[in-house]
Amino acid sequence: MLSKTAAMRDAYGEALLDLGATNPDVVVVGADTTGSLKSGVFASKFPERFFNVGIAEQNLVSIAAGMALAGKVAFAGTYAIFVPGKSVDQIRNNIAYPNLNVKIVCSHGGISVGPDGASHQQVEDIAIMRAVPKMKVIVPADAVSTRASVKAIAAIPGPFYVRLTRSSTPVVYDAGFQYELGRANVLREGGDLAIVACGIMVPEALKAAESLKAKGVAASVVDLHTIKPIDSEVLVKLARRCGRVVTAEEHNIMGGMGSAVAEVLGEQYPVPMRRVGVMDTFGESGEAGELLRKYGLTAANIEQAALGLKGQ
Amino acid sequence: METAQEVIRLKETARNTRRLILEALAEAGSGHPGGSLSAVELLVTLYFRVMHHDPKNPKWPDRDRFFLSKGHAAPLLYSVLAQAGYFPVEELMTLRKMGSRLQGHPSMGIPGVEAPAGSEGIGLSLAVGTSLVAKLDGRPYRTYVLMGDGEQQEGQVWEAAMAASKFRLDNLTAIIDRNGIQQDGLTEQVMPLEPLAAKWRAFNWNVIEVDGYDLPQLMDGFDLAMGTRNRPTVIIAHTVKGKGISFMEWSPHYHGTPPAKDKLRDVLSELG
Repeated sequence: MLSKTAAMRDAYGEALLDLGATNPDVVVVGADTTGSLKSGVFASKFPERFFNVGIAEQNLVSIAAGMALAGKVAFAGTYAIFVPGKSVDQIRNNIAYPNLNVKIVCSHGGISVGPDGASHQQVEDIAIMRAVPKMKVIVPADAVSTRASVKAIAAIPGPFYVRLTRSSTPVVYDAGFQYELGRANVLREGGDLAIVACGIMVPEALKAAESLKAKGVAASVVDLHTIKPIDSEVLVKLARRCGRVVTAEEHNIMGGMGSAVAEVLGEQYPVPMRRVGVMDTFGESGEAGELLRKYGLTAANIEQAALGLKGQ
Repeated sequence: METAQEVIRLKETARNTRRLILEALAEAGSGHPGGSLSAVELLVTLYFRVMHHDPKNPKWPDRDRFFLSKGHAAPLLYSVLAQAGYFPVEELMTLRKMGSRLQGHPSMGIPGVEAPAGSEGIGLSLAVGTSLVAKLDGRPYRTYVLMGDGEQQEGQVWEAAMAASKFRLDNLTAIIDRNGIQQDGLTEQVMPLEPLAAKWRAFNWNVIEVDGYDLPQLMDGFDLAMGTRNRPTVIIAHTVKGKGISFMEWSPHYHGTPPAKDKLRDVLSELG
């Protein structure tokens, strides 16, 4: 675990291939980023069910909606900065409002996009998408759970948003692990505090917990891959057991996963919290690792937040 | 049915449609008469002559699809659907009221309505989606979409226009209600659209221009669209905003102002 890395985008392409072979209703719509997103592998195998609409993200979303209206399971995706970035109205009015069977899977979420700079670093998508009624939001922690979640959402009617990462990331899960949508995975048990993470912050949370252990702090680590609908039950249970919660996400601290956790705990079981995330700012060019360090998205930052909470 | 007889029948349906639109809007106290009245003959011709559909079986898989892209013309769509038998005509008087199925703009859950509408510039993309699926699945149904002229200012219309010609969607017919007026005034002043037909031709569409109130011309236009291969067709229908009610014609004010309830009798008398 964590020593291997794999690309979520490759896992997405593999999942699409599996789905294409088992479900003739699956269609894929892309917007000139299909090679990058690995939906191109679906295109090679099932060319008649693949549609490239060019650089037209609003059209991408609405065409997928039309295809869902005509009975298809439509996967649409590009880079997260463009969808939802350029197509919130279409997502809301064409997909979510009529509750259509469109799965939006986008790569290049977060600041780890790297050298392309702030214009391509999507740190608002979780906030945008979870505010849309009927939309479900998933941020997988690694390639293995990406594959599992893409296959899972194909079987559930209705709109989903799945956010993937550009670069290869540490593998968190064994291939045979049990994945359940909407059910947070408790990866590590500890009674002093709980670290709730999503996406690439899950491996960082695991590292932080290991380091905390050496300092005598026992931390639980939770992969909150499904941010909406949120697993309130597990969150409240952890808050009750640990009494302190740190959240960690590669997203603006406003409106993202940490906010979602705070909403649940604030109403159901208030405990002291810290949110690790992008501090309401834009990114810049740099290598992924450099950016994650500069913007405070590492195991060390999680540990620091945990120790700060512990000292209270 | 012979064309002359059919024209008489469609004209009568169009007159009833205008009456129902105005009654529903007056009762609702808000809504959009201008762009509903302008396009009456377009929808009446589609639903009562051109399209294959079954009000008793709204989800018939091989029905022709219709998308109202100019969602503010909901009273027009509802009036036509009710007369076709999708739901009771009396229900039109619940338009825009709390608890009604007939939302201010089309939504799911109304028999005969294929998709929500209201945000401009989107319907053509939905139509591209269903047309692609019809081709993929080898089904015979066609897709029709009614757009406003003002919404031609939305960039997404042209994204969809490119896609429809790329995919050679000859099973798709778009209709533009070219009444020349949008909320803030004349389209040619707010954001000029002309030369509109040339724009669509440049996007590799088959372009047909008709008088939106000349029923034989409209019927011919739809027939020509149906016979066209390898290209989508757009019918640019030249119309009059507020058509049929003298004080509403050519008036931007009546884009979004309903007739007063206490003046309704006088207003309706103009329909003859």
